[in-house]
Amino acid sequence: MSGVNASKDAGRSHLTVNIGSLRMKNPVTVASGTFGFGPEYAPYLDLNRLGAIVVKGITLLPRAGNTTPRLVETPAGVLNSIGLQNPGVERFITEALPFLADYDLPVIVNIAGDTAQDYARLAEKLSRTAGVAALEVNISCPNIKKGGLQFGSDPASAAEVTRLVKESTHLPVIIKLSPNVTSIVAVAEKVAAAGADALSLINTLLGMAIDIRARRPVLGNILGGLSGPAVKPVALRAVWQVRQAVPLPIIGMGGITSAADAIEFLLAGATAVAVGSANFVNPLATMEVLAGIESYLNENGFNNIREISGLAHNNI
Amino acid sequence: MSFLLDAEITKQEMIGPGHYRLNLLAPDIAAAARPGQFLQVRCGSTLDPFLRRPISINAVDRENGEVALFYRVAGRGTALLTQKAQGEPVSLLGPLGRGFSLPKSQARVAVVSGGIGIAPLYFLLLELAVFGVSADVFLGAATAGQLFFTKEIKGLGHRVEPATDDGSAGYHGLVTDLFAENMARSSEYAMIYGCGPGGMQRRLAEIIKEFGVSGELSLEERMGCGVGACLSCVCKTGSEGSIQYRRVCTEGPVFPAGEVVWA
Ligand SMILES: Cc1cc2nc3c(=O)[nH]c(=O)nc-3n(C[C@H](O)[C@H](O)[C@H](O)COP(=O)(O)OP(=O)(O)OC[C@H]3O[C@@H](n4cnc5c(N)ncnc54)[C@H](O)[C@@H]3O)c2cc1C
Ligand SMILES: Cc1cc2nc3c(=O)[nH]c(=O)nc-3n(C[C@H](O)[C@H](O)[C@H](O)COP(=O)(O)O)c2cc1C
Ligand code: FES
Repeated sequence: MSGVNASKDAGRSHLTVNIGSLRMKNPVTVASGTFGFGPEYAPYLDLNRLGAIVVKGITLLPRAGNTTPRLVETPAGVLNSIGLQNPGVERFITEALPFLADYDLPVIVNIAGDTAQDYARLAEKLSRTAGVAALEVNISCPNIKKGGLQFGSDPASAAEVTRLVKESTHLPVIIKLSPNVTSIVAVAEKVAAAGADALSLINTLLGMAIDIRARRPVLGNILGGLSGPAVKPVALRAVWQVRQAVPLPIIGMGGITSAADAIEFLLAGATAVAVGSANFVNPLATMEVLAGIESYLNENGFNNIREISGLAHNNI
Repeated sequence: MSFLLDAEITKQEMIGPGHYRLNLLAPDIAAAARPGQFLQVRCGSTLDPFLRRPISINAVDRENGEVALFYRVAGRGTALLTQKAQGEPVSLLGPLGRGFSLPKSQARVAVVSGGIGIAPLYFLLLELAVFGVSADVFLGAATAGQLFFTKEIKGLGHRVEPATDDGSAGYHGLVTDLFAENMARSSEYAMIYGCGPGGMQRRLAEIIKEFGVSGELSLEERMGCGVGACLSCVCKTGSEGSIQYRRVCTEGPVFPAGEVVWA
């Protein structure tokens, strides 16, 4: 059996990408918080065909999350304020992770904390857990008032978290950047200097919606994070700028709904792409993106996915 | 089992102002669906409006592989859905969620509906009839013209007690007031099933508690995914001191009335 898989994999090695020391069999993964822990979408697609899975953000202790409404649709997008509802790292390890052990699928655990120490402790704990392939560090979640926002918006704190997490783990460390900053490049540079192995960008854009009949904010948390097609140009710009400034692999995300969207991110400099809110609309979006990337390579005479990463930078 | 598929419209009909019945060819969904479950329906085909819309399963015809939906035009998504014609495909995800539990005996049950709440309750009434269970149906609507399915429900052997906000038919006032008055006379129900607007459900939960009977309510929350992945659709459950957010899309939409915390 493993022989069959190995040869099938080898035949598709032109799709293999590396995110630090993490090897993905293809460049398509999912965005944290939009794909649960795996079982939610397993009825609709073969999870083994994903390059990796990024699970919902995990904190040290369980979190109840924000009051409702937690989500509202906006033009070609979604505003959410989930507030990092999650079972905490202990229950994540015992209750959610075992399901994924049955798959040939690298598990990237997204972590969030209130203090830099929280991140370090999460990293330490998850590094001792079988079945965790990499850590994605959410320093940019706009929903938690005291935590995420400060780390992501201040290059020095972002660097401190990066350094502490790197000291606490042997796993590849992917730092997920926030677009809600004056200069995402400045944060990326600091984080890279602090030892990050890769970057994910972007997290959601801070926004809000008001119900004009009730004359109050729609979301229970007042502010939320914008995602979906509406944010794609902003996300693409972030990938473009960061690629020019730092040499780290980038997982690009923000509004990807099709292969064409994903290819734009690759051409802008992403090594891999993550599909987020589009999963809600089309649970097969990742599969369509993957198939479309393969055809694009074939039709345009590329032998390897790595040939197109950042290619648009050569054509200006 | 849940499916992602394109279903062909076999019929779309306006059955009252702003209210539509949509029949779709989806044999897999028809076979798997249980009363109280819903579908995530793709109303448009472009990136805006972006999300699917949750719509309850209103009836199934397992023999012909058809699923019926009953919906009210509430905004852009449902307005777009009205534009779709016979023969066109609609992308469906489902059946989703945990539906109503069917009674273990043939003892009488009560069904309390407010407005569009009849959408899932009608499917329940169809199944109850198959199991030989009779229901007293307290059917609330804004006005007489919106007391949908009255004739069909009576045809199934259930009793219908209408209530309208404007008094144009049946009891003049809230369906929960009508139901409470009825309970005061006789509360011999094996189960109370309810669905309707938030305020109505909250009052219904109080009545259910007051009379110490069993009840199940079908809740509504704004949904992103519909499959339990995004945690946007939660409601508060539990009791003072041990409040828990649970997902309406997967742990509901039907919850035991006593478990819901109305904050
Ligand atoms: C499990 C479930 C089953 C449902 N079954 C049915 C059904 O069988 N028939 C039916 O007609 N409707 C049903 N609904 C409600 C239906 O999903 C909404 O009316 C629909 O999503 C509105 O979409 P729209 O684009 O037309 O309106 P929008 O433009 O999205 O919204 C119109 C108005 O409704 C509000 N709104 C939108 N979604 C929700 C929500 N989920 N909860 C509360 N307020 C909301 C908006 O704030 C706005 O004021 C169900 C909802 C749920 C959660
Ligand atoms: C409902 C929801 C929950 C999210 N939860 C998280 C989270 O827990 N951690 C995180 O780093 N990002 C989270 N995100 C952000 C996404 O991972 C992603 O960065 C963002 O949505 C942009 O991608 P998209 O436009 O494809 O959705 C969440 C997004 C949504 C819509
Ligand atoms: S709608 Fe996503 S978890 Fe319920």
